[in-house]
Amino acid sequence: MSTKQQHLTLSENKIPEGRLGLWILIAGELVIFGGLIMSYLLHRLRYPQWSEMAAHTSTFIGALNTVVLLCSSYTVVRAHEAAQKLDVAKATRWMTCTVLGGLIFLIDKSVEYTHEIQEGFTFTSPSLQHSGDYVNSLFWSYYYIMTGLHSLHVIAGMVVMIIIMVQIKKGKNLHRVELAGMYWHMVDLIWIFLFPLLYIAK
Amino acid sequence: MQYSIMGIIMAGVGGFLAYIFRYNLAYPGQSIPLFGHLAPLQYNAFVTCHGMIMVFWVGMPILLSGLGNLLIPIMIGTDDMAFPTVNMLSFWIFFVSALVLLTSFFVPGGAFGGGWTMYPPFSAGGYLNRNPDFFKALFSGTSLMILAVALEFVAMLMGGINFVVTTINKRAKGMTAFRMPIVVWFLNIASLIFMFSVGPLVAGAFMLLLDNVVGTGFYDPNRGGDPILWEHLFWFFGHPEVYVLLLPALGVLAEILPVFARKPLFAYKPIIYLALVSAVLSVLVWAHHQFVSGIDPRMATFFSIGTILISIPFAGIFLSFMATLWGGSIRMTVPMMWAIGFIALFLIGGLTGLFLGSNTFDIYAHDTYFVVTHFHYTLFPDVFFGFFAAVYFWFPKFTGKTLNAALGKLHFWCTFFFFNGTWFLLFFNGLHGQHRRINDYSSFSLINMEPYMTFEKISTICAILLILSQFIFLYNLFTSLAKTKNPELTKNPWHSATLEWTADSPPPHGNFKVYPEVYRGPYEYSVPGEVDDCYAQNVPGPSFENNENL
Repeated sequence: MSTKQQHLTLSENKIPEGRLGLWILIAGELVIFGGLIMSYLLHRLRYPQWSEMAAHTSTFIGALNTVVLLCSSYTVVRAHEAAQKLDVAKATRWMTCTVLGGLIFLIDKSVEYTHEIQEGFTFTSPSLQHSGDYVNSLFWSYYYIMTGLHSLHVIAGMVVMIIIMVQIKKGKNLHRVELAGMYWHMVDLIWIFLFPLLYIAK
Repeated sequence: MQYSIMGIIMAGVGGFLAYIFRYNLAYPGQSIPLFGHLAPLQYNAFVTCHGMIMVFWVGMPILLSGLGNLLIPIMIGTDDMAFPTVNMLSFWIFFVSALVLLTSFFVPGGAFGGGWTMYPPFSAGGYLNRNPDFFKALFSGTSLMILAVALEFVAMLMGGINFVVTTINKRAKGMTAFRMPIVVWFLNIASLIFMFSVGPLVAGAFMLLLDNVVGTGFYDPNRGGDPILWEHLFWFFGHPEVYVLLLPALGVLAEILPVFARKPLFAYKPIIYLALVSAVLSVLVWAHHQFVSGIDPRMATFFSIGTILISIPFAGIFLSFMATLWGGSIRMTVPMMWAIGFIALFLIGGLTGLFLGSNTFDIYAHDTYFVVTHFHYTLFPDVFFGFFAAVYFWFPKFTGKTLNAALGKLHFWCTFFFFNGTWFLLFFNGLHGQHRRINDYSSFSLINMEPYMTFEKISTICAILLILSQFIFLYNLFTSLAKTKNPELTKNPWHSATLEWTADSPPPHGNFKVYPEVYRGPYEYSVPGEVDDCYAQNVPGPSFENNENL
């Protein structure tokens, strides 16, 4: 630790430690969402009635959010590029764009949730009796848990980015811009799966 | 180190629970010394918590986190883990998870009692209550249990990431992948299995928690949910989990056997490949726990075949271990006794597993004491024999002090004898049909359990003696820790060739004064004319790994 001896150690295949750790973390996260998506898919195949419920989701807001997330992924790539050139100011600017993208995404999502809840589609959906079929209500449980968990990841990503922005302002940990970017891409990728499953497939 | 201490404390709790319900099984209805009267619901809660604690708060921290943090850095010749901060965070999350679990004993309604598998509907309170009181539901035994398990998973995930990154990135110069000791390989494979199987259960546990506290219906068939979904999510993790526990202990054996047989490990590379095969197979066999859950018989056949297939890699590993012993000059030291005891007992556990893997037999034996005995014959040797073998083997290195060998042997023989006394006869009770969740057969007047009560009593007496004989170990541990350090004697007492024995004992902060350089594989024993008759990994010279080990 403190006694950094002559550095004989460290294997030849040197991947930066943070990047390696994050790849494994991402793999783990994907399995978590994989389990959710798989459970959802199997139920969806069993109950074709769910398409009726999926019709109530707003494809427009979903599509808008997809565009917003994709753009924010682009800006974080630019931030990484700037960080590689050691341009802190530029990296911070691009990262701010990404955080703003995340913010727009969350605002969209809240608007969407508000609409759905006003229509009576809540997490537990007891008011669904009017359609005469309890089976449908589980769609909304899955909808909220999947998008909710994803939104938590968006928030986590934004917090991480803000922390890293503060750090690189002080001139340290510039390599972490890339790590934040990798995490953001994962959040983006999960959304690419959620969007067609919950919004488009009707 | 902290993990192991925490694990020992939790093992005490788990052992005490075992004592209570074993006593109840042998003498139903009677007051239990040190506890009092046991209500049927409490019986269920104690059995559940015993299982939970022993798997998640004893097996996992001791075998995976404890051994991993201690052994991986020093065996690959580096100073510390890749992310020390993550490591500390992981331990404290683990610590909190243990507290949450223990708290669940004291909330109204008591701890959760639906079995360690937590099957709905029993675990999903939302079934009966669609609008649960959020806080009341959150502080119920069920929710606390789910939370504790979820926290524990987070801690272990963080630990696992740390292990894999450390192993990939921080190996000493010359420490190629196929020069790493088997235990390092196995700890990594176990971490990977854990990380890639636990995800769906994390999602599933989240859903179960919501069913409880918010009143969703993910597992409620009335609302389109499915309780079988939980079984799939649980066992998709739950079955690989037993290999997560098994592999580190097998790794410990792979370190100990060659040292005391003074022979190179037989089939070093094939053992690694076999472990990788078993890792892949382990995620394909989970539904053999669900043969009576109404799964499609065609699917059941697939899972039966998969289950029986997975015995091939493990048989391969065990046969390689025995071939390592073959013709060796065996030294019956204390760690060696534990290692061989492990092999002997696990053989019984493994072979009964073959019966249970076949769905036709499992339908008969499901949830009986045959199953319970089977997994105690696998998990007890695995967790405790593996752990004690490791403790007696590495204790000198990591403390600079020595354990008393005579007490160690007494401890071994007592544990070995009383463990068999506790469990072997219960195979017959299981075949007779004794169910694992019935605490008192006297209320079932049509079932005659009388002939089997003798076995119950023998089992309980042996179980109490088994727990008592662990105090020999504790006594040995504490008196040894009170001794003064002897760095010379404990430097390399077993004449082992791996890197940890080249460091000072106990290893200072940073492990090595100068980072070692590695020239050969870890098991170069019986080299004529060499000091200690083995080639240490860091001594310059020729390497025999290609012609000796394959």
